[in-house]
Amino acid sequence: MLHIKCPYCGMRSQNEFSYGGDASVKRPELNKEISDQEWDSFVYNRKSLRGKHLELWQHLSGCRQWIKVERDTATHEIFNTYKADEEIS
Amino acid sequence: MTQTFRLENGGLINRDKKLSFKFNGKTYYGYEGDTLASALIANGVHLVGRSFKYHRPRGFFGAGVDEPYAIVQLYRNNETEPNIKATEQELFEGLEAKSVNCWPSVNFDIGAINNFLKIFLPAGFYYKTFMWPKSFWYRVYEPFIRKAAGLGVASTKHDKERYEHKYEYCDLLIAGSGPSGLASAYAAAKNGARVILAEDKPRFGGSLLTNDVNIGNQSGEDWANSIIAELKEMPNVVVKNRSQVFGYYDHNMLVMSEKVSDHLPKTKKYHPKQRLWYIRAKEVLISSGSIERPLVFGNNDTPGVMLSSAAKEYLKVYGVLVGKNPLVFTNNDSGYETAIEFKKNGINPIILDSRINPQSEIINEAINLGINIKFSYVVVAAQGYKKVNSADIAKISDDKKQLGTVENIKCDCICVSGFWTPTIHLASQSGNKTKFKEEIDAFVPGTSKQNETTLGAANGIFTLEETLKDSFTAGQDLSKKITNNDNKISFPNVVEKKSSQHDKFWCVPLPEGKNYKRFLDFQNDVSVSDIEIALKEGYRSIEHVKRYTTLGMATDQGKTSNLNGLQLVSDIENKVVPAVGHTTFRPPYTPISIGAIVGREVGKHSKPTRKSPMHSWHEKNNAVFVDAGVWLRPRYYKQGNETLFEASKREAKNVRTNVGVCDVTTLGKIDIKGPDAAELLNRVYTNAWLKLPVGKARYGVMLREDGIVMDDGTTTRISENHYHMTTTTAQAANVLSHLEYYLQLVWPELNVNVVSTTEQWAGAAIAGPKSRQLLEKLFPNNDVSNEGLPFMGYMESDLFGVKARIFRISFSGELAYEVNVESDNGNFMWEKIIELGKEFQVQPYGTEALSTLRIEMGHVAGSELDGRTIPYDTSLDGLVSKKKDFIGKRSLNREAFTSEDRQKIVGVVPLDKKTSIPEGSHLVKDAKAPLPNKKLGHISASCWSVEHDNPFSLAILKDGKNMIGEKLFVMSPLKNKVIPVEIVSSHYVDPKGERVRS
Ligand SMILES: [Zn+2]
Repeated sequence: MLHIKCPYCGMRSQNEFSYGGDASVKRPELNKEISDQEWDSFVYNRKSLRGKHLELWQHLSGCRQWIKVERDTATHEIFNTYKADEEIS
Repeated sequence: MTQTFRLENGGLINRDKKLSFKFNGKTYYGYEGDTLASALIANGVHLVGRSFKYHRPRGFFGAGVDEPYAIVQLYRNNETEPNIKATEQELFEGLEAKSVNCWPSVNFDIGAINNFLKIFLPAGFYYKTFMWPKSFWYRVYEPFIRKAAGLGVASTKHDKERYEHKYEYCDLLIAGSGPSGLASAYAAAKNGARVILAEDKPRFGGSLLTNDVNIGNQSGEDWANSIIAELKEMPNVVVKNRSQVFGYYDHNMLVMSEKVSDHLPKTKKYHPKQRLWYIRAKEVLISSGSIERPLVFGNNDTPGVMLSSAAKEYLKVYGVLVGKNPLVFTNNDSGYETAIEFKKNGINPIILDSRINPQSEIINEAINLGINIKFSYVVVAAQGYKKVNSADIAKISDDKKQLGTVENIKCDCICVSGFWTPTIHLASQSGNKTKFKEEIDAFVPGTSKQNETTLGAANGIFTLEETLKDSFTAGQDLSKKITNNDNKISFPNVVEKKSSQHDKFWCVPLPEGKNYKRFLDFQNDVSVSDIEIALKEGYRSIEHVKRYTTLGMATDQGKTSNLNGLQLVSDIENKVVPAVGHTTFRPPYTPISIGAIVGREVGKHSKPTRKSPMHSWHEKNNAVFVDAGVWLRPRYYKQGNETLFEASKREAKNVRTNVGVCDVTTLGKIDIKGPDAAELLNRVYTNAWLKLPVGKARYGVMLREDGIVMDDGTTTRISENHYHMTTTTAQAANVLSHLEYYLQLVWPELNVNVVSTTEQWAGAAIAGPKSRQLLEKLFPNNDVSNEGLPFMGYMESDLFGVKARIFRISFSGELAYEVNVESDNGNFMWEKIIELGKEFQVQPYGTEALSTLRIEMGHVAGSELDGRTIPYDTSLDGLVSKKKDFIGKRSLNREAFTSEDRQKIVGVVPLDKKTSIPEGSHLVKDAKAPLPNKKLGHISASCWSVEHDNPFSLAILKDGKNMIGEKLFVMSPLKNKVIPVEIVSSHYVDPKGERVRS
């Protein structure tokens, strides 16, 4: 079970969180003309990366904040966690 | 029968407490502190089971967790448990056990015929033998295998024992209480670290209990006892015996199983049988020791052949002789320690040492004691069927290839020692890439992967002095990092005998003309020839060889067999062991009972139960409850001998004719506040929300980004920047997360806050033609007329001194209202409704009637919004705005979603107006068409229409729009039903919606 540092609450067990997928995905702006391919990419296409991955988690049984977690998908090492609006260097 | 193999004195057992127990129906006696294994051996019982494949007789091989043979069916307190290791099960008064894997009895086993038909059971025998002919599998092979193979039998009764889970954090978790565990725990504890020290056996001390050593002028055992006594007094230390750390998971999470009551005849009241500990440790010290390796020779599975370390443990811990005429066969000095222990107890062992001329302190002691030692000698084969009665031995050439003349010598047991294998399972589970250590012919942990440090024998260090030094240092350094304390501990004086190098020899060649089976895996009956066949057949990867031969795949997970298997593969392949590599170690280290894994989350504790504030009223009024997610909801209120069908029909009919009241507290409620609340709703729902006036409710549908309907419900504008959203009971949690996702991540610029208020409000739906009359009684000071509170209107009011919200919304197709009060007042509201509604014949109605009402008016719910339907399919497309953008809108242009013959919701009525239509049935054009019959759609929900007094169903049907009036068939092969039906509109009641607006 992973041990995730919520930027608001501190170190918490994985079972307090729910996974939210790739954090690098940007939702297309509302009311913007967009091709079928672009929309298809946004809705369905995800890379299943091996290695460092920026992903979303929600601290569901805690502060309910959506946070960003930089994690290695192969080793499960967590390098850093960020608030949703935090600049990521 | 007396304990003829029990020594007069010695051992750590309590001779004052005699215990009786039964094995295979026969009564025996042992002592408190015995295991089932030591007590049986004390009574001269060496035949305890049959092997898995050939049904060869099985005795005892070890004295602990590595035991491959002595697996029994245990009976305790009117319960039975399969696959218990006799070497781990502590004896208690009245214990009963039986052999497994033998039929009809352990002494006469029909399956043993396999032993003589061994040509049929070579490597991969499952894959080869039982593949053909196909029809034989379930008629002949499977029943045969089920009867003859397999281990114990699981109980079919409900397990009444209690199992607990515990979550714990600590600075250092130390797995194993041998010398390294004790030393590191002591050093860390003295530095003030929070320490958990776990020992799988009942006694602490590990090898110190059996090795002839001296620490600080005390025996190893006394030193262990004094350290444990001191640790137990320290508030920062938890010391646990009977506790096996069996899994090392991510981020230093380890799981430990504590056997709290298995050693007692009966679990004490309020105690668990077992407890599973989830431990998050800052540092993990692995001091799990090592397991002796077998030597491989002919018939080396005969009862009486066992590990020399086990023989020594039976002697020193239990005061039990595994034989009175022992032969010790060794390639290193460990065998000598066992022989010396025999000699000290008046027994004359013979030592066969494969080495040519080894020299050491221990060997000199054995020589001085007058023990008969034969160098360059090996056991060629054990003789005897149910117990060893002699051994064929021979001199072996210096290159270990040639055997001299074979001679037979009498003996009643053969104690083997093929050197030591470090127990690296936990380190490997943590992700540590292990490395092969040439000097000990075994793998040891490499660079630490997580915060784990492996110490002592588990790390391939076999001298006590070095082990203790390393361990004191590790305990001190690691705790210092955490606590910043630096208490120096003086290192005790250590006395131990020096050993000489072991022999890199482990498998005795076959003598000419003999074809003895030489076993590697003792539980799965994998022999040297099986590995040879697998390699001949082209298997190369050790993982494939393992699966093909089943080497190391038994319940002991190859603790004694894996390394010898690797040695063999590398010998045949002419490779070195590290190039072959070992198979993956996975948790659990040793079998864990399912009960412990599940813990207390069984039966009604498997999920929380949520009850509405009106629950006790429902109970008092004969409600029959149904699980709705985590909620308990009244399904119907039983009157007299009514059935579900009769009661729900009565309740639904009363709503259509008078007035009914339904507990809708379970509906999800979300409070939405902020200047951008309307904008959020406008983006989340498919319809327009910017112009909803204060005091009005609106029905809305929300989609996922892929265009599939996610949920529906009404949202009411309470005040300028304040909305009250309702969701379905099932989707309440998901919708809240969904809103939070968009507010926090996608549109953080929106100034809105959302919070769940599901449990803050109790809700009652009041529905039926007389509902307004009832409302007038409840709220005499409000104008609830059609003008005062029109359809989709909202007002705040006062219910006899209690704050109330009134919504005019309907899901039943009737004139209806929903009243909310704060949860604490829920019961007050409910009783008022019942009391004042009497004159209007008010009746409570449950979820069954609620379903009937919504189905016959064609209002979609969870069974239609099933994660596969878009707004068009469920006739919600009228609510899809063409003008504005919203979540999921772009997906609605997908080709499949816009096709001409797209599925759509319809009503279904049986032609005979009598036959009920099973939910989930398929709709087909021709009931007699050959299978597979083309499916046109499926029945999503069925009811008995109270309006029309005949069955009515909703269905999602291909090209539903053009199918109204068509005649089709409903087929339910499950219920063996074929029903001719007519397709009608999904709005079976009041299609123009006049009643709700009246
Ligand atoms: Zn948090």
